[in-house]
Amino acid sequence: MKRRDFLKNTAVFVAGASVSVSALDFITPKELFAANPQLKWGFLVDTHKCVGCGFCVKACKTENDIPYEANVTRTWVERYVIKKDGDVVMDCPKGARDGYTTKLLDQNHSGMLLVPEDEIAQAFFVPKLCNHCTTPACVQVCPVGATYQTADGVVLVDRSWCIGCGYCIMGCPYGVRFFHPVEHVADKCTFCYHRISKGGDTACAQACPFDARQIGNLKDPNDPVAQTVLNQRVGVLRDEYGTKPNVYYIGLNKEVR
Amino acid sequence: MVEQVAQMIVHGEAWTVKDLFVLPNEYVYWSIQIVMYPYMTGLVAGAFVLSSLYHVFNVEKLKEIARYALVFSFALLPVAMMPLMLHLMQPLRGIHVLMTPHFTSAISAFGIVFMTYAFIVAAEIWFVYRKFIVESVHRLNNKQDRSGLESLLLPIYKVISLGAMDISKDALDSDHKAVKFLAALGIPVACFLHGYAGFIFGSVKANALWMTPLMPVIFICSAVVSGIALCIVSYYIFMEMRKWAAKRGKNWLLPDALAQGGTAIPVEQLRSIQEHEVKMTSKYLLIFMTAAITLEILDMIFRGYTAVKSWDALRMVIYEHDFMKIFVYQYGLGNFLPFLLLLVPGLSTRRAVIASILVLFGVFMMRWNVVIGGQAFSLTFAGFMEYHLPIIPHDIETFKEGLGGMLSVIFAPFIIFYFLNMIFPAFMSDDEAH
Repeated sequence: MKRRDFLKNTAVFVAGASVSVSALDFITPKELFAANPQLKWGFLVDTHKCVGCGFCVKACKTENDIPYEANVTRTWVERYVIKKDGDVVMDCPKGARDGYTTKLLDQNHSGMLLVPEDEIAQAFFVPKLCNHCTTPACVQVCPVGATYQTADGVVLVDRSWCIGCGYCIMGCPYGVRFFHPVEHVADKCTFCYHRISKGGDTACAQACPFDARQIGNLKDPNDPVAQTVLNQRVGVLRDEYGTKPNVYYIGLNKEVR
Repeated sequence: MVEQVAQMIVHGEAWTVKDLFVLPNEYVYWSIQIVMYPYMTGLVAGAFVLSSLYHVFNVEKLKEIARYALVFSFALLPVAMMPLMLHLMQPLRGIHVLMTPHFTSAISAFGIVFMTYAFIVAAEIWFVYRKFIVESVHRLNNKQDRSGLESLLLPIYKVISLGAMDISKDALDSDHKAVKFLAALGIPVACFLHGYAGFIFGSVKANALWMTPLMPVIFICSAVVSGIALCIVSYYIFMEMRKWAAKRGKNWLLPDALAQGGTAIPVEQLRSIQEHEVKMTSKYLLIFMTAAITLEILDMIFRGYTAVKSWDALRMVIYEHDFMKIFVYQYGLGNFLPFLLLLVPGLSTRRAVIASILVLFGVFMMRWNVVIGGQAFSLTFAGFMEYHLPIIPHDIETFKEGLGGMLSVIFAPFIIFYFLNMIFPAFMSDDEAH
């Protein structure tokens, strides 16, 4: 074979092979495993309906085996008291696990604070949970890929692979992550993936007596959550971080952090 | 019951005090070991840069300390990994970072950069000491009555000689070239090793104090500063010990003499070397200090001037909560005072060493103020967290992430150096090594 022919044949072979090899790439495992590509989980919180009873926190802890006495929680409810002079006082004792039963605001080291009622302009509760961001900072910073995003948009932690470095906890702008006190790995809200992927509701949404919490499919135009997100004025938390959160809030004040 | 309650203490709860409005899951998760990690990596990188000043740029005046700095840098290397292992909640899975790196994470670069760097330092030491290794093999081989230590050293030297027994002039010349090449290659890699440690912090967008593109550069400059300072201090201490030991024949303090026989240097010679090296090195310390301080001040001025949303919380931390730690300990004692000490004419060895100790303290405080200071305020900017270093441990966690763990990390390199010095005498004074 002449050198020219050899080079020619090689070029043809490489070109042909690369086409067929790239065809193999068309089917990725992600697509195969995504049961329904028309599914993207989203969450809706109606702050007007929340009364701060803490049932959601209790239900979450029980459902997801987060030790009841441990001072960490996958979901929590914050209390905001806005005074007439513009000052804002907030608290969240034990993540509101026991509900807000007193008017005293827990300021941690600074002790309890009572704001006289005639000084209060407005007060409300804000439930919080993992935002299951579209571009999650935690997934980006995990050094071993133990935190990952499912095809339907839920961010999960692989407990058998997490090395416990805490980088994801540092990277999350919402403070939803913590070290599980028993498993000793990073932990956070999963949108109750084990329930919703079987057609169930999240534990917190089910426990909420006032329907302040709802989970839904943002890609289904008939889904009540998707419709609200589309048709009503909703907000998200800390969008300045560019994480594109998927938990939407009705009645979100500028004071909410 | 008591055990159960103790188990429910969440990681971070033991040393965090919250004030005002802090989110329920917020604690000081990155504590003393993460302060130690950039500190130790910085020392590794700095010591290496110092040794390269001689090998690459032919700064003849640094000849003696250069060889010492190289060996000491190698002793520090495994210790840079120690704080990470002590910090991980699952230390046995630490290897995952090397085996299944997730490349969008800054930490995943650790395996590659660290390994590259380790190989460069090891190779450089090998080339620097190759002639010595070969000669040691011959010397120990010919010796009839070898002591126990010598019998142990002979196989070690045989293995690390890698069978390259040629010490002709040509071979040594190419060794010399290799050292120069590796030292030159090592500088950017050392900077990268530490720059990426800065990147780990600088790229956390959720943290208002950490997020700045200046972070890697600040880290590199302060790394070189601390590395040089540590070399000065430890060189001085080792030389003092050697002088003391040489006078009294206490060979256990001279591991190289113990291993190699009577290579101990006369006391007078030791003193002149020590003075010369310490003074020369402190000049380089001044240069790098100026760069480091400039960058740090620039960062702070910029934050105050732009005053974005987080500034209210940061200002509280910088000017009130951590005022002592930042302005008195870090800038005052750790930067300004040693700066004066080094600038005032008539520099004595002792003054240079005192200044270097202060510099080491200053850089440690800088790491502390970055790592702990970055967690001193809540993500809500409406609350604060205070870190209390666990002094007396009551379980394994408070030991690892407390004073005990910190001291283990500080002393480990000296223990490693003691044994490394038996194989690679770092204080060799002859012209054998490059």
